[in-house]
Amino acid sequence: MTEKKKLQVPPRKLESGIDIKVCYGPEDVADLDYERDLGDPGNYPFTRGIHATMYRSRPFTMRQYAGFGSPAETNQRFKYLIEHGQNALNVAFDLPTQNGLDSDDPRAEGEVGRVGMAIDTLADMEAAFEGLDLSKISVSLTINPVASIMIAMYKVVAEKQGVPNDRIMGTAQNDILKEYVGRGTWIYDVEPSLRLITDTVEYCARELPRYFPLSVCGYHIRESGADPVQEMAYAFLIAKEYARRAMERGLKPDEFLGRFSFNLDIHGNFFEQIAKFRAGRRLWAKICKEDLGATNPKSMMLRGIFGGGGGGLAIREPENNIVRMAYYSLASALSGTQTMALCCYDEAYTIPSEKAALVALRTMQILQEEVSVCDTVDPLAGSYYVESITNEMENLIVAEMKRIDELGGIVKCIADGYIQKTISRQAYEEEKSIRSGEKVKVGVNKYATKEKASLEMELHDFDSKVQDAQIASFKKIKTQRDATAASAALDKLRDKAANTDENLMPHILDCVRAYCSVGEMSGVFRDVFGEFKEPIDF
Amino acid sequence: MGDKKIRVLMAKPGLDGHDRGVKTVIHALHDAGIDVTYTGLHKTPEEIVKAASDENVSLVGLSILSGAHIPICAQIVKLMKEAGMPDKPIMVGGVIPERDIPALRKMGVEGIFPVDTPFEDIVRFVEEKGR
Repeated sequence: MTEKKKLQVPPRKLESGIDIKVCYGPEDVADLDYERDLGDPGNYPFTRGIHATMYRSRPFTMRQYAGFGSPAETNQRFKYLIEHGQNALNVAFDLPTQNGLDSDDPRAEGEVGRVGMAIDTLADMEAAFEGLDLSKISVSLTINPVASIMIAMYKVVAEKQGVPNDRIMGTAQNDILKEYVGRGTWIYDVEPSLRLITDTVEYCARELPRYFPLSVCGYHIRESGADPVQEMAYAFLIAKEYARRAMERGLKPDEFLGRFSFNLDIHGNFFEQIAKFRAGRRLWAKICKEDLGATNPKSMMLRGIFGGGGGGLAIREPENNIVRMAYYSLASALSGTQTMALCCYDEAYTIPSEKAALVALRTMQILQEEVSVCDTVDPLAGSYYVESITNEMENLIVAEMKRIDELGGIVKCIADGYIQKTISRQAYEEEKSIRSGEKVKVGVNKYATKEKASLEMELHDFDSKVQDAQIASFKKIKTQRDATAASAALDKLRDKAANTDENLMPHILDCVRAYCSVGEMSGVFRDVFGEFKEPIDF
Repeated sequence: MGDKKIRVLMAKPGLDGHDRGVKTVIHALHDAGIDVTYTGLHKTPEEIVKAASDENVSLVGLSILSGAHIPICAQIVKLMKEAGMPDKPIMVGGVIPERDIPALRKMGVEGIFPVDTPFEDIVRFVEEKGR
């Protein structure tokens, strides 16, 4: 091959630091071995996708995140969605529930039912799923430090319906390590929180074989300032940590790895995202096989929700966010996602309006059914550029994982605030580069109109009626339940948490059946485990 | 500069855990030579006012993205008065719609910095009010 003439243009880089050549050619993928590096779709190392036919037989599902104040309202909404053909629900909880507080807790004031449904006791979970056959639907619970309690409540509702354990389907987010890095919904200290996660993984592996006990979220880490390489590196280190702890309980990798899933982010450089997911799928397969010892190919598949990320949206000229999301969703589809979700154009201002939520859904439907990007699997395979940066991204992710391991491992680097410090500094640098105009945001720092950003959108006011009704119904449950049974169950939970290393799920289930509340159970854990002390370091 | 360093308490009241914004502003204040004490997440108004008193800061900054800025600011203004710090300036940043700005000013919140506010505006406010 003749030496290519060096083209003189200013340099450009991917966000991950990789230099982008003006033009890529066969020499950039000369070492690519199809069987080793790509493989047919559905085959190890799954670079091209985890299923042989991908969207031709399994189009990506669309799972928008949404919340409705009370369990009864949520129930109505679920019924509406199911009548319209949806069979996968995504539950949003209000902040008190996410933080393990009951609706009558003073710290919950003003927040009950605001960003999702309030759950105090099993009675609320029963109301939310009343009349819905839990053997037929899959429910995703966006909940973290109290995920063990919510999985137990969901399981008891199914049990009361007569659904056998092996028919219960669903996913809990249940990724506490990323909460310490971004999103900030943590309660207990790191080690006991990891014990609870491992309890759920073990319990699900042994009792609920069709349940996905956790979804590892690079998403929130990236939204907090990480670059795409760090997003993947930290997500994989976190997933490996959960896996390692499950194996310490005597589980074999093939008994649970196939039930791990990933929630990953899309914004920024279009091709870099696609390379990130293709590299990530290949690397995760290798990690599962070579490091963790999985033998079943199903245990090596990176199952994902690749979602259009809020980090790319702007508050100025919010309509432009619709266009941004359309590009992100295209990247997601070209990356072989299993599930897609998009932020809404008004999300920088408020909980999305119904109109904005519909536009997001339509964006995904148009992508899937109008413009024919789902007709063939992994259409970018073989692209000199995409394959070349896929290889480079994989190498960088491996290097970053190694660097964190050498610093003492992911748990230490999160517990002492190292990761948080690193990425918050990056977030600040990124903000400065947007403000200086170095990083272009159209309509924000380039071609911006003189008029001020309009902040007058459809905003949601807090409805104190929802809060009052929820508190009243919680009070009623507390008077109706068998008080002796409830306090005995809580005492037992306290004893087992404090004095044994037993799996706590059976004891949480007993508390749930006795109508103990989320606040009571997490109160036991707060006492016994202690609360996380946030490292403040800049 | 020259005289005594300004000290600011930056606080994150309520249950919302999104802290990218507050941390970004803290970095900007640091770069401007301002001393910042950060409370961390999930603080109650009582805890924030106590920290303002304990740390003897010259100014209190709040980051609120949840939409609950009106009741939270009202509570903090009231508690600051009760704690004998009625004149200590308070600023709030985050998702603050324009329609709420008059109400916040009326209750005594002096600095209101919605998303996209230039760092220079926040720094200037802190330097003017914090002396």
